[in-house]
Amino acid sequence: MSNIIEVRDLRTVFEDRIVHDGLNLNIKKGEIYGILGSSGAGKTTLLREMVMLQEPQSGTINVLGYNLKNIKYEDAQKLIQQWGVLFQSGALFSSLSLRDNIALPLVEYTDLSKAMIDEIVEFKISIVGLKQSDGALYPSQLSGGMKKKAGLASSLVMDPELLFLDEPTSGLDPISVREFDALIVKLRDNLNLSVVMVSHDLQSVYDTIDSLAIIDNKKIVYEGSLKNISNAKSDFVESFFKIDNKEGLIL
Amino acid sequence: MHNSSLDIIYADNKLSLIFKGELTLYDISKFQKKTDSIDFAKYKTAVLDFTNATHLDSAVAIFVANLEKKFASNEIETETVCDKRDILNMMALVKSQKSRYSKKAEPQKIGVLEKFGRVIYYKYSLFVFFMAFIGELFANWLHYISSLKHIRYKEIFFEINESGVKALSIVSITNFLIGIVVSYQSAYQLKIYGANVFIVDMLGISILRELAPLITAIVIAGRSASAYTAQIGTMKITQELDAMKTMGFNPYKFLVLPRIFALMIVVPILIFVADIMGIIGGMIIASIDLGISSTLFLDRFGDVIAAKHFFVGIAKGPFFGFLIASIAIHRGLSVEDNTQSLGANTTKSVVEAIFAVIVCDAFFSIILTKLGI
Repeated sequence: MSNIIEVRDLRTVFEDRIVHDGLNLNIKKGEIYGILGSSGAGKTTLLREMVMLQEPQSGTINVLGYNLKNIKYEDAQKLIQQWGVLFQSGALFSSLSLRDNIALPLVEYTDLSKAMIDEIVEFKISIVGLKQSDGALYPSQLSGGMKKKAGLASSLVMDPELLFLDEPTSGLDPISVREFDALIVKLRDNLNLSVVMVSHDLQSVYDTIDSLAIIDNKKIVYEGSLKNISNAKSDFVESFFKIDNKEGLIL
Repeated sequence: MHNSSLDIIYADNKLSLIFKGELTLYDISKFQKKTDSIDFAKYKTAVLDFTNATHLDSAVAIFVANLEKKFASNEIETETVCDKRDILNMMALVKSQKSRYSKKAEPQKIGVLEKFGRVIYYKYSLFVFFMAFIGELFANWLHYISSLKHIRYKEIFFEINESGVKALSIVSITNFLIGIVVSYQSAYQLKIYGANVFIVDMLGISILRELAPLITAIVIAGRSASAYTAQIGTMKITQELDAMKTMGFNPYKFLVLPRIFALMIVVPILIFVADIMGIIGGMIIASIDLGISSTLFLDRFGDVIAAKHFFVGIAKGPFFGFLIASIAIHRGLSVEDNTQSLGANTTKSVVEAIFAVIVCDAFFSIILTKLGI
């Protein structure tokens, strides 16, 4: 399968702090790809660089065949419509109802009729597991879990090929976390999505992820499937996955 | 970008819809126009052919599902020809989701009477909230001044610095310019009558009594009212106020009263500075335009301007300060959980603060004149 995201020799510097130095990774089409690392390792920064919110000092990032460096305005607009991003706090527009939040890109970018937009919005609300009656609520009236689901619905509205999730399950209760994980796997299977997610939750990692990258010490210390994780030489991996050197990985 | 098309072939009583290429939501309105022109009564069977389609997104799947429903309601048999798993999966997913939710309930109609009632109730609840604010303010005020220990000096001095010291330059410049403007315009009129020296009476009374307090209050309303509303409003949105309450810090004691006290202390001081700057501005124009030297100006100033004008101006300060701070904070606390309401309340805060200052000034004008002060 082909790579939909390729990162080569990425270097990111914040003032006097080096975040990434010579970071490489490949994300294949159709997989759920996890980015893990201790806090402050630059996971969210990496994600922000992939969605053009931030520019690295050097190195190249290729997303869906576009090189993000010096990308033309028209290409960037096309690219933006092919991905969806779910931010940590949901990032819904607080002055719009949930239904209007989801419908916004459809209203702005397409010439669909009102009735058709309503139907698409209803479908997205239903597929992320919210009730139709929730559509009239405003973001401030939603609970944490509903906000995440609503954010997911609005990032899915244009049927993106690629979905970026920044800690999708943080701040949710364990039951909601499992539901959300199952939802992401279901969506990937049904909507032919590729998913890139930053996660902290070990159970989420086991439940959803096909392959993962671990950022430690400014580089990727491990990239690949969960099975071979015990080969990685990193303090973070050992403490996060509690690898016992004699028995190997305990799942 | 991508190529897609819908060809419709009409044959006797059989209808063939041939979808080609990558079908995405950008194509739907194009397809919609084509299918709208079909005369459904004429046909018995319909074939939906996806053999040459490469991709189908959920929006198009919804469109196709609607089309099938339309065929069914016109008693046309539908046959789907497709050999791609992805496309079939997507259509199955849409159908299964659609069956899970029934048609959404239409929003119920609201009558004129109910609408009117809702508006009145909303206004009433705002009024109740305002009264509660006033009540809480005075209850806390009493507790605040009941002992010197309760007063939060640090916060008060911080706010004095923020709203007073940092506003010194803008208040000075504004009032200096007002002094120049008033003096220049009056000089032109006074020259006609040769009543040059009366510029002192005119400037002294108008600036000390009315202009300096009013201009200062308006500058502070624009500067601090907006800042207070935005600060407290944002704290409410980010739940900082809730956090304070749960930690036992009463927001009225930590946020509200220090700001009110600060403005009540600092506005009279600013008015004093404004008086000086306004008179200096006027004096400069008087010496340039009317040939009244600064010595002559100040001599006459001492003779004709009674001290009461100065004290009336200064005495307005605490009232203006109280109005500006309490309106701004009330607006800050009225902010709801969305960004739009933050903007609306900040606008209202400044407008209402300036309006209240002018109304208060009018009351002072009438009452003090009646009292002969």
